[in-house]
Amino acid sequence: MLGKGLLKGLSETARNFVGSYTDEKRLVTVQYPEERLPLKENTRNFPFLVFDGDPVKGLRCVACKICEKECPPQCIYIVLERDEKGKPQKHPRIFDIDISVCMSCQICVEVCPFDAIKMDQVYELSRFDRFDDLLLKKRDLAKSNDYYHSIHPAEATEVDDRLTAEKAKAEAAKAKAATPAPAASAPSTKSVDPAAIPAKTAAAPAPAPSTSAPPQPAPATAASVIPPPKPVAPAPIPPENLPKPSP
Amino acid sequence: MISEVKEHFHGENGGGGTMTYHVEPKKAQDGAPQGDLLEVSMGPHHPSTHGVFRMDVVLDGEQVVKLKPVFGYLHRNHEKIGENTTYLGSMPYTDRLDYFSSMTNNWAYALTIEKLTGLQAPERAEYIRVITAELTRLQNHTCLIGFLLQDMGALGTPLMYAFRERERILDLFESLSGARMMCNYMRFGGCRVDLPAGWIEEALLVVENYPRFLDEFERLLNENEILIARTRGVGVLKPDLAVNAGVTGPMLRATGVNYDLRKVDKYGIYERFDFRVPLGEHGDVYDRYMIRVLEMRESLKILEQALPNIPEGPIIDPKYKVRNFKPKAGEAYGRIEGPKGELGFYVISDGSTNPYRYRVRPPSLINLTILEDMCLGQTIADAVIILGSVDIVLGEVDR
Repeated sequence: MLGKGLLKGLSETARNFVGSYTDEKRLVTVQYPEERLPLKENTRNFPFLVFDGDPVKGLRCVACKICEKECPPQCIYIVLERDEKGKPQKHPRIFDIDISVCMSCQICVEVCPFDAIKMDQVYELSRFDRFDDLLLKKRDLAKSNDYYHSIHPAEATEVDDRLTAEKAKAEAAKAKAATPAPAASAPSTKSVDPAAIPAKTAAAPAPAPSTSAPPQPAPATAASVIPPPKPVAPAPIPPENLPKPSP
Repeated sequence: MISEVKEHFHGENGGGGTMTYHVEPKKAQDGAPQGDLLEVSMGPHHPSTHGVFRMDVVLDGEQVVKLKPVFGYLHRNHEKIGENTTYLGSMPYTDRLDYFSSMTNNWAYALTIEKLTGLQAPERAEYIRVITAELTRLQNHTCLIGFLLQDMGALGTPLMYAFRERERILDLFESLSGARMMCNYMRFGGCRVDLPAGWIEEALLVVENYPRFLDEFERLLNENEILIARTRGVGVLKPDLAVNAGVTGPMLRATGVNYDLRKVDKYGIYERFDFRVPLGEHGDVYDRYMIRVLEMRESLKILEQALPNIPEGPIIDPKYKVRNFKPKAGEAYGRIEGPKGELGFYVISDGSTNPYRYRVRPPSLINLTILEDMCLGQTIADAVIILGSVDIVLGEVDR
C-alpha cells in the first residue's frame, strides 16, 4: 500500500512526541542561564596562570617562553622581568593571552616544564569590545592553586605531588652541596632556583578537593562577566585588578 | 544565459567512463536551442551546500547540463601552516580539517609521524584509538544521514533525532579529552591522557542504547515512499569511474567495490576485531544512505568487542618527547579509513622541529571531483541530495 512507510514513520514521531512529555529521560531542555549542566572535570577552555600564595610574586611562571614559542596560533606574549641593573628576574613582566586567537588546544599546558599554566573552565566571556577586553593580562590570568584544585581536582593533586617530590629532591641536593651550613634547609628568599619557587607553597597541603564545592558556576549577575577566582585563595586579587565589566 | 555547453571534464584523457546519461539541450528543427540555458550560482550561502561551497550549474529547464564545483572560500593555509609550526603544533590544526571527526584526523596524523619516527603506541592506546575512531564514525554517519534527510526536505525531525544521539558521543569525547569537537587527543606514540574513571561504563551504555536509535531511525525512514522516490536511481556512480577518480570510503563501497583500509591496511589493531564491510549494488544515493546505516551497526560491533577488553598499561610510548621533537630526516605517508574515506598525511622531515613538507589527502575533496558526473542529466533538486550524499566537510575540502 502506498503510504504505509510514511504512516510507519509518523507513528515513530508520535511515539517520540508523547515520550517527550512523559519519559523522564527525554525531558532534556536545560533552562540556561538559570540552570546549568555541571562541567566535566576534563573540560578545558582557555589557559590561566597558577600562583601559590601571592598573586604577583607567587606565580609559578618563570618566563622561559617555551609556551610562547610552541603555541600554534601564537596567542601568547611574554616579556621577562628585569631589575634596574638589567638582570633577568625569572618571572614575567608582561604575560598576555589573546583569547580571541587562542584555540584551546592546551599545548601550552603540555609543554610547560613548571606546571605554571593550566586550562580554565570559564566560558561566559562575551565582551562588547573585540580587542582590548579579549586580551587577558597577567593579573586576569593569575589564579590560585586552590582554584586549580577546585576545577581539576585529580589533575591538580597529581601536579602537587610531583612538585613536592621535586622540591624534596632539590632540597636534598642542596643539603648535600652545603653540608656545614645548617640554614640550607630553611627557605632562602634569595634563591631564584626555579624548582624552589613553585615548591614554596606546594608543600603546604591544599584543602581537600572533596570538601570544596564542585565547580558549580555561580548564577550569572549582570555585574560579573568573568567569575573572579574562588574566595578560598589565600590572597585574593584586589577588586581593582579584576577586568572591568562591560557596560 | 549562455548559448553553448562545453565538454565536461572526465572521460577524455583516460579518466574513466563517461556517464551514459549526458543530456544535450533540446534542439528545435533548425538546430537552434529551443529554450535558453540558465546559469545558476548555488552557494556559497545556500543552506544545502554544507558550508561555503558553490556550484555553478547550467540548467536546461530543470535538468543539469553542466556543473562546476567552486571551492576555496574556507581556505586556511593548513599545509603551509603545518610547515611553519612544530610537529606537535599541527595536531590541533588537524582537528579543524574535518571538524566532525577530529579523533580520526588526529589518528591519521599521529600514525604518519609514528611511521616517520618508529614510535609505537602501546596496547592500551591502540584500543583507545580504535574505540574513539569508531565512536567518531558513528557520530559522523549519524550527522550525515540527518543532513541528507534535511536536504531531501525532511525539515528538522531526522536531523534533530540524529543530533540528540550524537550529543551522547560528544559528551564522551568531552569527558575524555576536554573538548566536544576539537579533541586534540592523540599524540605521536599514544594518547594524551588516560581514560577518566567510569568512562568505559558510560561508553558501554551509549553503545548499548545506540541500536535502539538506529532501529527507530530505520522505522522512521527506510520504507518512506518519498525517500525511496527521491533516492533510488539518483546520482548513479559507476564503479570503474569511482576507482579511476580515486573515490574512497562509503562512496566507493556503495558502488560495490570492496575496499576498506581497515581490512586492506590492517592499521592499528583492526585485524583483531570481527566486523563486515557492507557493500552497495547500484551506487545511487539510496545505497550511499544505506551503507552508512549499515556501517554504524558494524562500528557498534567493533565497539562491543573493544570496550570490555581494553587492557591496563601505559598510554604513550616512553620515547615520545613533548619539547624539541625532531624526527630523523625522511618521509612517510600514513593513511586511515576515516568516516568519509581514505584520510592520508604525507610528511617530509629534514631533521628540524618543523616538517619540510606537510600534505593532506582529504577524502572529501577527492570524492567531490566526480560531482558533475553524478549530477549530469539529473534535476536541480537531485543535485542537492547528490551533494549531500557525498558527505563533504568544507574544512577538509578547502583546508
